[in-house]
Amino acid sequence: MSLVFYLIAALTVAGGLASMVLKNTVHCALALTVAFAGLALFFLNLDAQFAGFAQILVYIGAVAILVVFAILLTKGSETPKDGVFSRTWLAGLAVAAAVFAVLGWAILHTAPMLPGATPAPAVTVEQIGQALIGRYVLPLEIVAVLLTAALIGAVIVAMHEKEGTK
Amino acid sequence: MIRNLDQIFVLLQHWLVSFLAAAWQGAAGVLINAAAIVCVFPALFAVAVWLERKGLGRMQNRLGPNRVGPYGLLQPIADGIKSLTKEDIVPLSADTVVHFLAPVLLVVTAFMGFAVLPMGRNMVLVDLDAGLLFYFAMGASTELAVFMAGWSSRNKYSLLGAMRAVAQMISYEVVLLLSSVAVVMMAGSLSLTKIVEAQNHYTWGFPHWYIFTPWGLAAFVMYAIAATAETNRSPFDLPEGESELVAGYHTEYSGFKFALFFLGEYVAMFSISGLGTTLFLGGWSAPFSFLTWVPSWIWFFSKLMLSIFVFIWMRGTLPRLRQDQLMNFAWKFVLPMCLLNLMVAAVWRFMGDGWLRWFVCSAILILAYAGMGWSELRKKHIGPRSYRYAE
Amino acid sequence: MTPLAGYLLVAALIFSIGLAGALTRRNAILVLIGIELMLNAANLNLIAFWRYGPHPELLTGMMFAIFSIAVAAAEAAVGLGLVISIHRHAKTTDLDQMNRMKG
Repeated sequence: MSLVFYLIAALTVAGGLASMVLKNTVHCALALTVAFAGLALFFLNLDAQFAGFAQILVYIGAVAILVVFAILLTKGSETPKDGVFSRTWLAGLAVAAAVFAVLGWAILHTAPMLPGATPAPAVTVEQIGQALIGRYVLPLEIVAVLLTAALIGAVIVAMHEKEGTK
Repeated sequence: MIRNLDQIFVLLQHWLVSFLAAAWQGAAGVLINAAAIVCVFPALFAVAVWLERKGLGRMQNRLGPNRVGPYGLLQPIADGIKSLTKEDIVPLSADTVVHFLAPVLLVVTAFMGFAVLPMGRNMVLVDLDAGLLFYFAMGASTELAVFMAGWSSRNKYSLLGAMRAVAQMISYEVVLLLSSVAVVMMAGSLSLTKIVEAQNHYTWGFPHWYIFTPWGLAAFVMYAIAATAETNRSPFDLPEGESELVAGYHTEYSGFKFALFFLGEYVAMFSISGLGTTLFLGGWSAPFSFLTWVPSWIWFFSKLMLSIFVFIWMRGTLPRLRQDQLMNFAWKFVLPMCLLNLMVAAVWRFMGDGWLRWFVCSAILILAYAGMGWSELRKKHIGPRSYRYAE
Repeated sequence: MTPLAGYLLVAALIFSIGLAGALTRRNAILVLIGIELMLNAANLNLIAFWRYGPHPELLTGMMFAIFSIAVAAAEAAVGLGLVISIHRHAKTTDLDQMNRMKG
């Protein structure tokens, strides 16, 4: 486990923790961006170049900005008076800890059976393109329809209603 | 001799690296290249600042700076000294960490774009297989830095400027991507070195640059419009228009941080012009086949400075567009033209060589442009404006 | 511990952090942020298994991750649109106060 892996892991986990713990919502969104960047670095470390750059382009370039816009449009940057954690925070934390315990146990128990270090796969963007048009053309078209539906849906959900039809 | 002059920087780097042990040579080579980029482009920034102030002055029928050196040539040095020695004022209620990090993030992401631009034959820092995607990923991160700057200042003018800038950058990012996809389709690769190689051929002395094809010219025009909007240059500079918004998202920055914003904006302009020359103007290839003896990096930087000059020219000539006009323009006019251009590029590819494909592709593009323009001009909305989707 | 186990543990940690945040924060947008963290952790799992799995040349894991990125972006857009619409109606994004079915 190399030093690079530990550094990226520290960055990502710190970003994730900060985004869930900080009081100011915009700070949480910016910490989330750090977590996304850490994950993109993980993808690059795993020789998945296309996925890493797509992660930066889509998540940092679009989703993070969307989250920030939503925070500003809903006045989320004012600190709430009742505190930032809900009344049932202990139950939520317990559930999350239980999930992590189960997952960690499963991983550590099956660790001997997992494959070891394998040589890096040489994947070019051309292969990804061929796969998208060849083997995965149906998911591609369905995702296109889904994105169109999401675009139209988000606009309709978020727009003001017309005065007469309230 | 000519080949040596063309490869002079590559040979210089190999010579410098040869002083080190073999284990360190790879990393040292990359570091030397990166240091060269970090030194050359701020120097070009100084030249561009002088060119802008003198050029704008001349276009506006005044002299521009002429006191500091002969023809004001030492003005950038004076500007640099001024911005380094000014007091760094941070507003009391500003969010200090985010306020500090915003210009840093902007400059870092602006410089990262240069890593994949081929500045000459064999002169690219990293030859990534998905180079164009890397470039756009770095461009997308710039928007976040702009937002951070505007929000952290706790100033309504800054926030307004930042929101406008981010909305504009997101809209024109789509246009930028789609006009580049036409080039990627024809060259068959996302790697910028391969795109330049695909343009490096000559027929009867004329080069095969993509701008000399109908779909390439349309794509280049749309890329140029999107590039001016991405870098917030006039006529799309409402986010930083002094008469509207004080200074937009960099209102509350002074001294060195303001100089960093200025540097970041110009470096982004250089890198987007560099990408434009790589995609459409043939990168480092010479315009005519009898001029290939001139070193390739001279061609790249000349085309880059020509694009910068066109940016400055547009700033001095065109009036500013209003925010809703430019968003309207992006989504309702340029984006459909971009999609049509993709189809025209496909028609060009599959029609085979000859004069017929020139005629068909040009006809489709000109008819579409004329048709859409006529239908937009016919709608004259007179009455109070209403925004249903943007409250 | 193999490299793959390391990546899986980090992904599990990020997943649990996202889950904890989604279950404990009041603001609806922060719940959505938690959901995005969970989706990203799943993507990391997919890419890690693709890299260290038996047939990386089939590109299955990478394709799955790319489609997951696209779908997550669409879901974030719709979710945030919903949050904005709810805020317009209830004037708050506090989830503890939205405990009635009637508006």
